[in-house]
Order: sequence, then structure tokens, then C-alpha cells
Amino acid sequence: MHRIARRGLAAAASLALLVGAAACANDEKNAAGNVPGVTDTEIVIGTHQPLTGPAAPGYARISAATKAYFAHLNSKGGVNGRKITYKVMDDGYNPANTENVVRKLILDDKVFAILGGLGTPTHTNVLEFLEGQKVPDLFVASGSRSWNQPDTYPTTFGWQPDYTVEGKILATYVKQAFPGKKVCHFGQNDDFGRDSLLGVEKVLGPVAAKQTYTPTNQQVGPAIGALKAAGCEVIISATIPGFTALAMGQAFGQGLRAQWVVSNVGADYTTLSAQLGDKKAILEGMIGNYYLPMAGDSADPWIREYTKIHQRYNGTNPLDGNAIYGYSMAYTFVQALLAAGQDLTREKLVDAVEKGGFQGPGLTPFRYSADDHSGYSGVRLNRVQGGVQSYFGATYTTDDGDGEVREHTQPPVTPPADAVPAS
Amino acid sequence: MTQSPYATVDARPSPLRRLLPPPPGAAGPRGSTLLRHLVLAVLAGAAVVLLTNQLEPYRNLQVARVCAFLCVTAGFTILVGLNGQLSLGHGALMATGAYTVALVQRGLDGRDLRGQWSVPLSLLLAVAVTALLGLVIGLAAARLRGPYLAGVTLAVATLVPAVTTIFTGVFNGEQGLPFPVATPPAFLGAYFQPERWLAWIALLAALLTMLLMANLVRSRYGRSLRAVRDDEVAARLAGIHVARTQVLAFVVSAGCAGLGGGVYAVLTATVASGKFPLELSLFLLMAIVIGGLGSLAGAVWGALLLVALQDLPALLTEAFTLPGGLAQRLEGNLALAVFGLILIVVMLVAPGGLQDAVRKATARLGRRRPRPSR
Repeated sequence: MHRIARRGLAAAASLALLVGAAACANDEKNAAGNVPGVTDTEIVIGTHQPLTGPAAPGYARISAATKAYFAHLNSKGGVNGRKITYKVMDDGYNPANTENVVRKLILDDKVFAILGGLGTPTHTNVLEFLEGQKVPDLFVASGSRSWNQPDTYPTTFGWQPDYTVEGKILATYVKQAFPGKKVCHFGQNDDFGRDSLLGVEKVLGPVAAKQTYTPTNQQVGPAIGALKAAGCEVIISATIPGFTALAMGQAFGQGLRAQWVVSNVGADYTTLSAQLGDKKAILEGMIGNYYLPMAGDSADPWIREYTKIHQRYNGTNPLDGNAIYGYSMAYTFVQALLAAGQDLTREKLVDAVEKGGFQGPGLTPFRYSADDHSGYSGVRLNRVQGGVQSYFGATYTTDDGDGEVREHTQPPVTPPADAVPAS
Repeated sequence: MTQSPYATVDARPSPLRRLLPPPPGAAGPRGSTLLRHLVLAVLAGAAVVLLTNQLEPYRNLQVARVCAFLCVTAGFTILVGLNGQLSLGHGALMATGAYTVALVQRGLDGRDLRGQWSVPLSLLLAVAVTALLGLVIGLAAARLRGPYLAGVTLAVATLVPAVTTIFTGVFNGEQGLPFPVATPPAFLGAYFQPERWLAWIALLAALLTMLLMANLVRSRYGRSLRAVRDDEVAARLAGIHVARTQVLAFVVSAGCAGLGGGVYAVLTATVASGKFPLELSLFLLMAIVIGGLGSLAGAVWGALLLVALQDLPALLTEAFTLPGGLAQRLEGNLALAVFGLILIVVMLVAPGGLQDAVRKATARLGRRRPRPSR
């Protein structure tokens, strides 16, 4: 045999032996270690947010508010003596980036949990990974029904009402308020749009026309043209804010005068009017919906508390629906942490959310239980009038199946002092 | 004969040639190339396995990513460096491999066919499908030169996102296709790090690619590839079928890209079109030029760079507290800027790429200390 080969083989053989001996040496020790991200004085959690890209207008302010709430909470002593550190990673609303930043958060930064990961297309791609790592994946900032699969993804929970619940309520209202009108649907080309359409069609039957858009492609002209050609009079729109603005602007330009009824994730007036600039007058009469106090309602006790936090820790951003969302979601998270107790583990946190029963700023109750991981059970409609977006009519709740849409009459609770949940 | 029958063919040597290292010497005076490469591969593999046993999960994931990119850059450097054909569409070929893996895995999972064999099977299919696409592009490429070839491959790169959104029913648009994660086999123990297993899968694919490519470079085909690159007319006179050689180069490099893309999909257990933008194709090209065009060792440098630059913006924004606006602007563009800068510096200082610079440096060291005579 040749000398190089013989020498090489000898080296390879000894290396292989060494590898065998060294393999799996430290895995068991690591697995049995402490709770990742939790010390006696700190809880480190992470999230993926669209700070840049097509969903950044509006949504980039959600994590700023959540961060501000935790700063406020930490100044009041934290949760069970632990301060919360919130690591926000930008994924640009691109599923490919989400996959990378979430792995970095879990494997490299070793966060305790993921809180409020934003986006339907983005978060769908990390469900498998988070399930495998057994990381609590709380309060996904999206209304896809994917988060409500306790058997497949036992650690994942939604928070906002899902798009099917919302679609059913919107469609019920449209049926009552616009009888005999041609109703169409405009939605995002993923589970967001599909879940919404499912809810709408459960109530209305097949819509007159349906069109979709892709978040990276700003050309909505042809889709709006098709809706105009179909003679749509009411358009139910499952769109992120940037595309609500694009679609309504395009419809106005093409002379399509229809009643817009928009999903709560894309209906925040402050965000939309900033997007539309001097064309914001076309938002007049737009119907949206929400499930938290409206930012403009300064008489609401929650808004009064949030305003104090906002001015102190988040003053550079407007107090809009995105900020209210960020504050309220952080509030629910603190309630869950308190329910999980002093001796915090990942399992205890998941159990605490499954037990549910959290009462806070929401207009409707949460649906949390061991076999329901979705969030709020309903919404209330709002309308833009004279440049002010305010609620009208009753609050409705329903489920994502064939349950009926019913009125919810119980008023929301008042906030505790400083909007910090009492233990 | 008044006019050469080859007048229509642009027979000038490729301008890429200036960037190339001198051709590797013939195989050593003794020994089989295959055996030598096999031993090298086993040694490198054992060293990396040893490394992965000591690493944290996230570092292992990065090792796995380097291996996945190495599959791509190794094949790509053969196409561009050894055969002188430019492709701006290799990101799209990676996407083809990745989507094949996702579709096969989902198909198997839907039929309750699960097992360790599903990963190699889906990777094999990824290579086959991508090689087929490479054949189609290669057939067009063999008729085109320079900017026209670049244009066609560029079109392929921009086509991928469009195809995935038009055929939403199959590819699920920008949301993409998640599929079950490849988990380590039970005999490795319940606490075996899953990322280490992924690194091993990627490592095996990379070693296989490197082994095949190293042998290809030194074979008759390798010499044909170089002959066609240097002078098509001369190659034709020597009896080499120019078009066939070019198509072959494209097929081989497409197969490698498909394998790399497939492995990348296995690492993330999901595939989405946002992962394969036009920038990826440009990054791949820059990586092999910076590493050293036409050199497999240069492909390793390129793969390392590709992974290192992925984490650069996050690292920088963590190390320095930048103003919010600036940090956001950097997020998407920093990698491109840094890559461009490195490219300029490397081209000025070491036109042959990093690998050539390393080779020259070691040669200089060797000259200073003459080897003891035996």
C-alpha cells in the first residue's frame, strides 16, 4: 500500500476512536440543567418582529410598546422579584429570516420563552422547531388558527381573536347592515386571508368575488380592478395595514366606491392615515373592529394607565392601536407568569395559560383551556367618523366552528394600580 | 477557405481567466487520486465530527450551514472557475432542491411513511430534479456567451418567487412549506443534541460533494472543462465536444446546488421563497470569487464567509447601540455592503482569491526554510 494512504488511514482510525469516546459526553448533563433564561433576578424572553419590510408600518410599534411595559413593570419590582428582558429580533416579515432569528434566540441567547412572535406566514415556519425545543410560544401576534392545535403544538398559544372568529362576526354584521349588496373578499395570499375567508363564507355562503395579494408585491391594481369588474359593493378585507392603505387608495383611484370592512390587524386609523398622507379622507366611513380599548377613548381607565406608561417609556411613538396591543399583550403575559408561581419552569407557564381565567383590558373573555389554545373569543365593530375611530353597536363572541355569533354584555374589568397585575 | 467555420463563436479566452490560480499539477507520481481524496475526506470528516461533539447547538447549526453552502459553492466554482460559464441563477437551483425536499417529505409524511431513510431519499430526488433543470438551462447556456448567459440565468433567479406565488396550491406562496424535522436516530440516546445530527447530515453531503468534485477536477472531464474554458477552438480541434462539455458542467453544478439547497431545507425543516432572493445568487458568486475561483479549497472559504455574514448585522447591532433608524437600515443591507468591500479588497490584494493568497504565503514560508534533504 502507498505510504500516504497508510499514514492517513492510521490517523483516521485513531481519530474515529477518539470521536467515539468523546461523543455525547456532555449532552445529558446539559439537558438536566437549570431553566433556560431564568435566574433569581431575571427572565429573558425573545420575539421576532417586522421592524423593517412590508409589515413594518404600524407593527414595528407593537414591540416598542411591549418593551416599554416591561420597563415600567421592572421599575415596580418585576414579577416575583425577577426583571423581564425582552429581546426583539427583526425578521422583516420574511419567513426565511424568522427561521434564523428564532433559532438564534432559542439556541444561542437561550431565552425562556417566545412572546408575541408576529405574523402568520412567518410564525408558521417555526412551529415545528419550537415544539421540538419545548419552548413556551405564547401569544403569537396573528389570528391564524394554526396556533390552536394543542395536540400537535402543545406549547403554542394565540392571543388575539382568530381570523375565522373575526370573519364570522364581520359577515354577520354585513348581512344585517347591507342586505342584498354584493359582498367580496380581499385577502393575503396565506393562512391569514384563507382563515378570514373561511369565517366570512361560513355566514354569507360563497362571496361574489375574491382576490388576494402577496406581501412582497405592491401591485394590487389588477386585483382591485377585478373586484371593480365584479361590481363589489362591500369589500371585507383581510390585509396588513400597508396593504389596506394600498388597496383602498387603488380602489379610490379606479373609481370603485365600496364599503370597506377591514380586519382588526389592518384597520388602525392612526397607522392607515399616516400611510395615506393627504389622501386619508378616503378612510372616512371605513368599518373596522377591535377587542381592546380604543386609543382615542381618553375616558377609558385602561387608556389612562397606558398613557402614563406611554409618556414615560415610549413617548417617541404615537399611542395607537399597535401600542395598545403591545401593552395589553405584555399585561396578559405578566398575569401568566404570576399564575405560574415563584418556582418558574417552562411546563408551569404552559399549564398556567391552559388554566386561563385572565381578566384584563379585553372586551371579551379568553378561550384558553387544555384543549383550546386560541385567544380572545370575539370583537366589537368600529367606524371612522370625522377622523375619529370609535366603537359602535354590541360586542360579539363566537368560535371558529359552526357556533352562532352572540352578543357579549359583560363589561371589561377596571385596571389595577399602575396597570401591574397583583399577585 | 475564406472564412473560418467558427467565426460566429466568440473564441477569446474567458476574461475570468485572470482570476484563476495556475492549473493544479498532475496527480502525484505515485498513488491513486481516488484513494488519496478518500483518505483526506475521512480525515476532514472525523475532524469536523470531533468538533461538533464539543460545540453548542447554535454553533453546530452554523457548521451545518457551512456544509450545506459548501455543496453549492463546490459545484459552482467548477462551473465558473473551471468551465468559464457565468451563472447568476444558482440561488434558484438551490430553491429547486429545497422545494423538492419539502414536497417529498410532506408527501411521505402525509402517507405515514416516516423513517431515517426519508432524508437521503428526498435529497437524492432533490439532486435529480435540480440536475434535470440544470440540463435545460445548460442546453440554453451552451449557445450563449458572456452577458447573454448571465441574463438568462438572472431570469431564472427572479422567476422562483413568482412561481411559488402563482402556483400557491403547490408551493403555498411566501408562507412556504414546513415539514417534519429530521430527528436523531434512537440509538444515539435520548439526550443527543438534534443540531449535531443535522450537522452530521450536512457534513456527509458536503464530504460526498467534495470527494466527487475533487475527482472530477483531476479526471479527463476536468481537463476537458479547462480546455473549453481556455480556448474553445483549440478544444474542438483536440476532439472535445464543446457544447456537451458545457452542458455537463451545468448539470453537475446544478446537482450540487440542488443537494445544498435540499440540505439547507432539512436544517430548517421548512422552505419559503424568501430564502432564495436574487441576492443569494449574487452572494454565491461573490463567495467563490473571494474564496478563489476554480479551487475547491476556495469553495470552503466561500461557504464559511456566507455563514459568517448571515449573523454579522445582528452581532454589530448588539455590540454597538446604534440609533434605531440606522440599525434598521443596516439590517437588510450590511451583508451586501461588507461582501462588496471584501470583494474589492481581495481583488486588489490577492486577485486569485483567499485560497491563492494562503497558498502563496505558505509557499513563501516554505522557501525561507528549505526542507531538509532526505
